[in-house]
Amino acid sequence: METYYDPKDLKNFGKIGEFGQELADKFFDYYGNVFKDSALTAREKSLIALAVAHAVQCPYCIDAYTSDTLEKGYTEEQLMEAVHVTTAIRGGASLVHSVQMMKQAKKLMM
Amino acid sequence: MKSLFASHNPLSAPDVQLDALHKLELIPFSERIKSAGLEDIKPLPISILQVNLGKMCNQTCKHCHVDAGPDRKEIMSRETMEQCLSVLRHSNIQTVDLTGGAPEMNPHFRWFVQELRALKKHVIVRCNLTIILANKKYHDLPHFFKAHHVEVVSSLPHFTAMRTDRQRGEGVFSKSIEALQKLNAVGYGIVDSGLVLNLVYNPTGAILPSDQKGLEAEFKLRLKNEFNIDFNALFSITNMPISRYLEFLIDSGNLESYMEKLVDAFNPLSVQHVMCRNTISVGWDGTLYDCDFNQMLELPVNTEKRNIRDFDEHALGLRSIWVDDHCYGCTAGAGSSCGGEIA
Repeated sequence: METYYDPKDLKNFGKIGEFGQELADKFFDYYGNVFKDSALTAREKSLIALAVAHAVQCPYCIDAYTSDTLEKGYTEEQLMEAVHVTTAIRGGASLVHSVQMMKQAKKLMM
Repeated sequence: MKSLFASHNPLSAPDVQLDALHKLELIPFSERIKSAGLEDIKPLPISILQVNLGKMCNQTCKHCHVDAGPDRKEIMSRETMEQCLSVLRHSNIQTVDLTGGAPEMNPHFRWFVQELRALKKHVIVRCNLTIILANKKYHDLPHFFKAHHVEVVSSLPHFTAMRTDRQRGEGVFSKSIEALQKLNAVGYGIVDSGLVLNLVYNPTGAILPSDQKGLEAEFKLRLKNEFNIDFNALFSITNMPISRYLEFLIDSGNLESYMEKLVDAFNPLSVQHVMCRNTISVGWDGTLYDCDFNQMLELPVNTEKRNIRDFDEHALGLRSIWVDDHCYGCTAGAGSSCGGEIA
């Protein structure tokens, strides 16, 4: 079955330089540095990446960081809690706009 | 759960296991090392004799590369152990690594350890922890290990019960914790005690192990905070795509992607440090192998004489080490050996 997303495409991510090597090199260099141990550990960054992957709903990133967080020793329970953080922020971002809705409704109505 | 052997599963046959890997049409490992500029893997002087005392075990772990279990009856005889001692008496090999199955279940285990210590060899026992609680006759093992200054290496795939039990069987985690506390109580894993207790981490699934130091820090924190357990080091070991772990990979549809991960993560630097270079593995019947994994695939050393009774250190030093596609498991990422990361 043909689909827009093919899991095998993730393996070819490194080949995007074919259509523009310089920026690809800069991106991958930057990416590699971002995920190094620093003020945050590589382990902590992996869990953040999993949460962000759900926020941006990137199936490649979800596969990659599910493996990576499990490899780094996180439990399934911790992975799910990270996704609930995503959900809380995404849901909260919608819900906080209801303040505007309420203000407008109160202004319009008697 | 039965072993593959006892349940007559075709995968218990080594050639069926290797066929499953060959069907994937990966770059053969022997060619991959050549493309990395290495002609083959050359032996170094032997520094470790790894002796498999038998396939009998009180556990039936899902990832076991030995296909060990209570239904396996193959164990090393005292005569073969005497042949090992004879070799060691006239050799510079300093370390003897005892494995199984559960090596403690071999009735000659304690005698063998005492004889090895009398030869002043460094003895490592790969203890599955639960054996200490399995039967009254094993309850004093921590004291026995201490009395003979044995290094203990024990599997604990995770610091949570769910992950550990899923790999090693229901209730194994709580028994392992109790056994670790007993080892700590006699001094194992305690700073400056001189009694070494190392843990082994194997991933519980079709994933690779991560950075060993990072995992060790997490294990130390969680085991100390939740169970007041101390240990020396964590060895992070990659699961080899053979035997029961291979069965899991096939049944879960993960074989191809797991092997691709191993191949993609091939690290030429790790090849210099693979354990088959300085280790000889002895099977329960005395047959010699390049490593414990080749032993389970029944690929003996490539020399004319292949049994401990005919041990020829010079000939072994000139041999070609058998490699096949399962060897990708030892060269992925930071590499893997019975002592954890290698590169």
